Amino acid sequence: MAVLLIAEVTGGTLGADSTAKALSAARALGDVTVLVAGTGVDGAAAEAASFEGVAKVLAADDAAYGNGLAEPLADLILSLAPSYSHILAPATSAAKNVMPRVAALLDVMVISEITAVVDADTFERPIYAGNAVQTVKSADATKVATVRTATFEATGKGGSAPVETIAATGDKGLSSWVEDKVAASDRPELTSARIVVSGGRGIGSEENFAMIEQLADKLGAAVGASRAAVDSGYAPNDWQVGQTGKVVAPQLYIAVGISGAIQHLAGMKDSKVIVAINKDEEAPIFQVADYGLVGDLFTLVPELTGKL
Amino acid sequence: MKVLVPVKRVIDYNVKVRVKADGSGVDLANVKMSMNPFDEIAVEAAIRLREAGTATEVVVVSIGVKQAQETLRTALAMGADRAILVEAASDVHQDIEPLAVAKILKGVVEAEQPGLVICGKQAIDNDMNATGQMLSALLGWSQATFASDLAIEGDAAIVTREVDGGMQTIRVTMPTIVTVDLRMNEPRYASLPNIMKAKKKPLEEKSAADFGVDVTPRLTVVKTSEPAGRKAGVKVGSVDELIVKLKDEAGVI
Repeated sequence: MAVLLIAEVTGGTLGADSTAKALSAARALGDVTVLVAGTGVDGAAAEAASFEGVAKVLAADDAAYGNGLAEPLADLILSLAPSYSHILAPATSAAKNVMPRVAALLDVMVISEITAVVDADTFERPIYAGNAVQTVKSADATKVATVRTATFEATGKGGSAPVETIAATGDKGLSSWVEDKVAASDRPELTSARIVVSGGRGIGSEENFAMIEQLADKLGAAVGASRAAVDSGYAPNDWQVGQTGKVVAPQLYIAVGISGAIQHLAGMKDSKVIVAINKDEEAPIFQVADYGLVGDLFTLVPELTGKL
Repeated sequence: MKVLVPVKRVIDYNVKVRVKADGSGVDLANVKMSMNPFDEIAVEAAIRLREAGTATEVVVVSIGVKQAQETLRTALAMGADRAILVEAASDVHQDIEPLAVAKILKGVVEAEQPGLVICGKQAIDNDMNATGQMLSALLGWSQATFASDLAIEGDAAIVTREVDGGMQTIRVTMPTIVTVDLRMNEPRYASLPNIMKAKKKPLEEKSAADFGVDVTPRLTVVKTSEPAGRKAGVKVGSVDELIVKLKDEAGVI
């Protein structure tokens, strides 16, 4: 069987971590061809070709693919689809935008956010904000799926697949890019960071969130937030960890002032080690935490930052 | 301009989900059901466009069991003008897949000719995040997903989207499909007088067969299970103890 894996590409750069994790799911299904679509993707294509187990890389370099617009990218994927039994992509916001469109154009169901590959037709995926896991078997000719990367190990480097340049399939001009507002940061990316420090409603204000950032910087960690903290304006939207935000599975997750609503747990419960700091010893977060510290976070967090 | 808003009846946001012991699914019998929270945001966005004079009529549509009427009445009480129920299932446990929903919605769009469709970005039951994109594909329209801001400017919509790493603004040609994220707005509560008024608003009943759509699922549910649990760990007494545990026991720092 042949698998087409749509690589994560942002501004010409390969999203190496998410692509390498989705590759692990793809390799379980057959020979993997990686599609690298964007502008200025030579470097990204070469990097994709260096992952183990990649049979071929297809590079599509065109302005139409530079900003993740769904319509032209869906048409490109559709033109390649007849050669593949499976079309997979890491479940990034860009892939969640385009993959259902691809599936509908192929008249197949999309299988969103798979967490395990059972066999060529059968996959596990979380439903109800992670409160249940469904095993589904697809009867469709082509399986179109997004991969929840947090549950797969990254495939290592060591391959040297050929890179083939392919032509763009045009742009009908249905949509156009206006601007991106991306926060510049030296911190690691939230979904691939080894350590994540997250703050919740208990932090109390945007100013107090600096305390979370200081602890994160001391640990070389990414910063996350609960939905309550984001909705209260303490932290920007793209820091949100949870069912409707990002799903993370770092080696260490430190939850500060987070009560542990189900929606938040769905986004971090696969973390290897969870630490919870909260003044309420009955908070549900302690039911999933490996190490719980009950007390005033305004005393404990600076103390922790100082002693590390 | 007419705005069409699809709404889904799902298990209430606050209800604890229970997986049935036989693994056949999630127990929905005698459980409180409500409008999918993302769809409430979509209804609110549409009503605000009408209140601003940009839209002239807000039509809500629900596809599923007969009881989805209640969900439509909620949308009417919020301020939608008219509702369409497409009955496609008789058992509350039968979820109509996004592909079939999109096909039915395509029929509704062809009949109603809206200039804009606003959907929730995903339903909180199957978490597929697919219907809007699929409808857009089937219609050959533009799409703007995960929207936190929407402005109509002539024959285009300027949409700010929540994406990994920040926000993206795109311009999409009309007609278009917009799927809304959490921060688009805060939906209003329906007032009692409006709930009473909603009972008199028109609600048209159709069936999936009226649109010639086969709703047989493409994905067979083999089983539904509880997620792997995590055991609660230990409480530590001090920051020093925590650091020792993280260094020596867990080895993560």
